[in-house]
Parts: sequence; C-alpha cells; structure tokens
Amino acid sequence: MVIFQVVSFAMIASFIFILLKDQHASVAFVIVLFTGIVIFLVLIQPIAQVFGLLEYIAQKADVNGMYVETILKIIGIAYISEFGAQITRDAGLSSVASKIELAGKVFILVLAVPILTAVIETILRFIPA
Amino acid sequence: MLGDTYILFQIAGIGIVIAMIHTVLKQMGKEDIAHWATLVGFILVLFIVMDNLADLFQQIKSVFLFR
Repeated sequence: MVIFQVVSFAMIASFIFILLKDQHASVAFVIVLFTGIVIFLVLIQPIAQVFGLLEYIAQKADVNGMYVETILKIIGIAYISEFGAQITRDAGLSSVASKIELAGKVFILVLAVPILTAVIETILRFIPA
Repeated sequence: MLGDTYILFQIAGIGIVIAMIHTVLKQMGKEDIAHWATLVGFILVLFIVMDNLADLFQQIKSVFLFR
C-alpha cells in the first residue's frame, strides 16, 4: 500500500530533520521541502484519475466544460498555495505564509468571477422584468 | 518512492559532510574557506531539490488543466 511508503518516508525525513536541525538548519529545511515535494508527486497520479472521472461525469451530464475547468483550476491553486504556505510556515515565516494564502484567495476569486456573473444573469432572467 | 529515499539520504549526507567540513576548517583556522565550503554544499543541495520542485510544478500544471 502506498500509504505505508508515504508515512515511512515522512518518518525518515523527520528523523533526519531532527538530526540536521542544530548542525545545519538550512539543509534541514530543504529536507522538509523535499519531503513535501515527494509526497505531492505521489499524490498527483490518483488525483489525475479522480479528475478524469469528474470530467467524464461532467460530459455525461453535459455540464458546460468551462465550469468544470474552472473548478479544477481553483483546486489546483488552492493546492499549491496551501503547499507553499505550509512550507514557509515551517521555516518560521508565518507572515509570508499568510501573504501566500492571501494571493491564493485573490487568484481563486478572480477565477470565480465568470461563474458568479453567469449565476447572477440566470437569476435576473427569472425575475420577470 | 525508493529512488526518492535515496535522494533524501544523499541530501542528509551532504548536510552532515558540510557541517563536518565547516568545523574542521574552522579548527584549522581557515574560517573564510569554511564558509565558502558550506555555501557550495548548500547550493548543491538546492540544485537537487529544485529539479524535483520544477517537476512537481510541471505535473500540477498538466493535471489541473492550466492553459
């Protein structure tokens, strides 16, 4: 099972982090970053399959492709900003981490604008003029 | 997954070796060379990790349909 590999990899990485923390803090931080990257790389494949299923269902229900695509982008942006924010928070820079999260939220909002306009237009169409 | 643990141990080894070189050179009295050695070792580690980071960002771009 892959989960056991992931957990044992994280355990080894944390041991090495403790080992290197006092001697060489920067290399220890690079190990934390590397662990995050590796675990993400392992996760990417199953996520791709889930998204394939999502798109298949969206095509069957003939939902407009634009919506599904925007949702996938929003999830991607949330993923990456979460990853970056946690890594910088590990480094001790919580202010920079909150800036990254703010940037992620702004980009998600920008992506959601067309969907919001579509919703508002459909609502206005229901109201008899 | 196994290949990545090799890389993890490589990074740990480089970190430990850098620390040892730093202390040895400091005892020998060559303080500045010690700092240079530490810097070079750290840049080497950064190279390794940046390749993986670029690979990760490329995969995320392909999966999340970024145009």
